[in-house]
Amino acid sequence: MEIALIIEKFILITVIFSVSLGVAAYSTLAERKIAGYLQDRVGPSRAGWGGMFQPLADGLKMFFKEEIIPAESSKALFILGPSLALLTACIGSAVIPWGQDVLIADRLVSLQVTDINVGILYIFGVVSLGVYGIMIGGWASNNKFSLMGAVRAASQSISYEIPMGLSIIALLLATNTLSMKEIAEQQHGANWNILYQPLGFIIFLVCSFAETNRTPFDLPECETELVGGYHTEYSGFKMGAFMFAEYLNMFLASAVMSTLYFGGYNYPGMDWVNEMAGPTIGPLIGMAVLFLKIFAFIFFFMWVRWTVPRFRYDQLMNLGWKILIPLAIANIVITGIVITFVDKL
Amino acid sequence: MEPLSNRKKVLEQKPMNFWERLYLPAIFQGMGITFMHMFKKKETIFYPEVEREFSENWRGLHSLKRDENGAERCTACGLCALSCPAEAITMIAGERQKGEEHLYREEKFAAVYEINMLRCIFCGLCEEACPKEAIYLDGPIVPSDYLRKDFIYGKDKLVEDPIKSI
Repeated sequence: MEIALIIEKFILITVIFSVSLGVAAYSTLAERKIAGYLQDRVGPSRAGWGGMFQPLADGLKMFFKEEIIPAESSKALFILGPSLALLTACIGSAVIPWGQDVLIADRLVSLQVTDINVGILYIFGVVSLGVYGIMIGGWASNNKFSLMGAVRAASQSISYEIPMGLSIIALLLATNTLSMKEIAEQQHGANWNILYQPLGFIIFLVCSFAETNRTPFDLPECETELVGGYHTEYSGFKMGAFMFAEYLNMFLASAVMSTLYFGGYNYPGMDWVNEMAGPTIGPLIGMAVLFLKIFAFIFFFMWVRWTVPRFRYDQLMNLGWKILIPLAIANIVITGIVITFVDKL
Repeated sequence: MEPLSNRKKVLEQKPMNFWERLYLPAIFQGMGITFMHMFKKKETIFYPEVEREFSENWRGLHSLKRDENGAERCTACGLCALSCPAEAITMIAGERQKGEEHLYREEKFAAVYEINMLRCIFCGLCEEACPKEAIYLDGPIVPSDYLRKDFIYGKDKLVEDPIKSI
C-alpha cells in the first residue's frame, strides 16, 4: 500500500512538474502570439505549424548562448539567483488541488500532491521566497541597474504582499479553512467565492500582477529606466531561467486565483456530469475545467500586459499603500460584519 | 507675447474625480479596444511568399536596358557615375569591334559596369542623368547576402535579359 502511494505521488509530481513547465514554455509563445494579434500582427509563425515549435527554438537558442559571469560579481550568488527563482516558481503548485479524487483500478487517487492544512500559507511562503531569487541575482550582479531593479522588486513585493494577505484573510473568514482542498470543495457547483468576495478578488488580482512582476507592475525589469533591471547582467540559460520563472509564477498565480475565487475544478452541473461520466472520467473533466480557467487567467495576464502601460514608481506605491490596503481592511470589516449577522440569523 | 497663430489651446488640468481615480473603468475601456484589435485584419505580409505591391514609380534594383534589336543601350558616357551622390557606380569603357553591332548600339560600350548596392541610395539620379535611356531602377528589392563583395553587382546581374525573338 505504501509503495503504491509513493509511486502514485511520484507519477503525480512528475506529471504536474512537466505540465507546468510545458505550460510555461508555451506561455512564451502565447505571449508573443497574443501580443501580435492585439497589435494587428500575427506573431511568430515560421517554426512549425503556426509557430508551434517556437518555444523549442527559443530554448535551444538560450542553451547555446554564451554564459557570461561578470568578473566583479559574487559568483556563487550570481548562479544561485536564477536557480532560486526557478525553484520557488516550481514548488508552489504542490498544494493546488487539480481535481476531485479519481478512481483508478479500484483505488482513489488524490489529484493533489499534498493536502497540508495550511495550504494557503505555504503558497504565500513560496511566493514571497520568489523575490529572493531576484534580490540575490540583482545584488550579485554588481551593477547599479541590477541593484535598483532588485531593490524595486523587494519593496514592491513587500508592499503588495500586505493587501494580498489582507484580501485572503477576508476569504478565510468566509471559508473557515486554510486548506486548498477544502476551499475548493466548498465551492461545489457554481457556489464560487467570487460571488461573496468580489472586492477581495480584485485586490488579489492586482496584487498577483505585482507579485509576478507583470506589466503594469514590471518595474523591477523596467527597460526604459533600468536597462534590464535585475537581469541586466544575465545571459544564456540563466536569463532563460529568470524568464521561465516569471511564466511559471504566472501559471501558479492563475491556478491559485482559479482555485480560491473561481471554484477550482468545480463547474455548474458537475454532479450530473460526474454521474454520467463515472468516477474516473468525471474528475478528469473537472481538471480540464480547472485548466480552462487557468488558461483564461493567463490570457488575461497577457491581455493586460499589452493594454496597460507601466505604472510610475510613486503611483505603484500610492496604489499599494493608500488604496489597496485600506480597501482590503474595509473588505475584512465588511465580511466580518456580514458573517456575524448571517450567523446570528 | 503676441500669439502667431490661434491654434494654441490651454488645457485645464482638473483633479481626477473618484471614478477616474479608480483606474479600473479606464483600464477596462482600454482592454476592450485592444480586444477588438484581435479580430481586425492583420497587416503582416509574409514576405518571401507574398510581396508587397509597390507603387508605379517605386525605385528598386537597376537594370541596364536593351534597344528594340536587343543591343545594349549603354554607351559608357559616365554621366550616371558622375551624377551618383553615393559614388556607387563605376565603369570601364570598351570599343565596339566589327561584327558586334547586334550586341552594342553605339561604337563605345561599357565593358565593365558595376554598382555597389551597399552604397546605392536608390535616389534615381542615374536614371535621370542617362541620355540614352539605358538605366532604369525598375527591379525588385535587392536581395540580402552574406558577403560585401556579393553586393557589387556587375553586368551579369544588371543587364536585362535579351528580348525573345519577336
